[in-house]
Amino acid sequence: MEIRVQEAPFDLGHEVETFTDRQVNMGAVVTFTGITRDLPGAGMDRMEMEHYPGMTERALTQIAEEALARWDLGDVLIIHRYGVLRPQDRIMMVATASRHRAHAFEAAEFLMDYLKSRAPFWKKEVTKDGADWVAAKDEDEKALDRW
Amino acid sequence: MDVLYFAWVRERIGIPRETVDTKATTVAELVEELKAREERYEAAFADLSALRVALDQDLSDFDASLDGVREVAFFPPMTGG
Repeated sequence: MEIRVQEAPFDLGHEVETFTDRQVNMGAVVTFTGITRDLPGAGMDRMEMEHYPGMTERALTQIAEEALARWDLGDVLIIHRYGVLRPQDRIMMVATASRHRAHAFEAAEFLMDYLKSRAPFWKKEVTKDGADWVAAKDEDEKALDRW
Repeated sequence: MDVLYFAWVRERIGIPRETVDTKATTVAELVEELKAREERYEAAFADLSALRVALDQDLSDFDASLDGVREVAFFPPMTGG
């Protein structure tokens, strides 16, 4: 299990290769990548991602441990950035490795659903017209019910 | 105890963290103490349903006891991913 919270960009291809190379006897690797979207109309200059140092690493570790306990996984990787992000920047990624693809897919979805509303990150969108905090969506909270 | 604020809670209160001398025994009591201080706290804590609280870096709730707690953090619902 590897958890990284960092300001610096990451190389998606390199991370997926490294993660895959270190697996032994795993039939499946699933990855998800979050990308900063532009905003329709106003045009986004940047997104500022704030986090709670210490609690962030703790929350992500708890979420990854829960996934390892619930599915037949060989490994989990979570990388999440903070600071200033521009449209098209990679915000975060998760990777799961399993002997079985269903476990790898499900665990990756679980990780994403949980880290969206249980990891202490807050997004602020900055356009030429001003800045706004992104509100949490009810559907993100509801997404946890299925687990 | 240390009290931390994040996102728009931090912006409304105007500081990211402070050390608070308090007799509050629960989070709700601490919130009442802070609200009584100044209007900026009143503004930040006006709607508790829009806020989350963590005690020593674990999510908790407003009824929770502060016994033995060293760090309290207030913030809006999280938007990671």
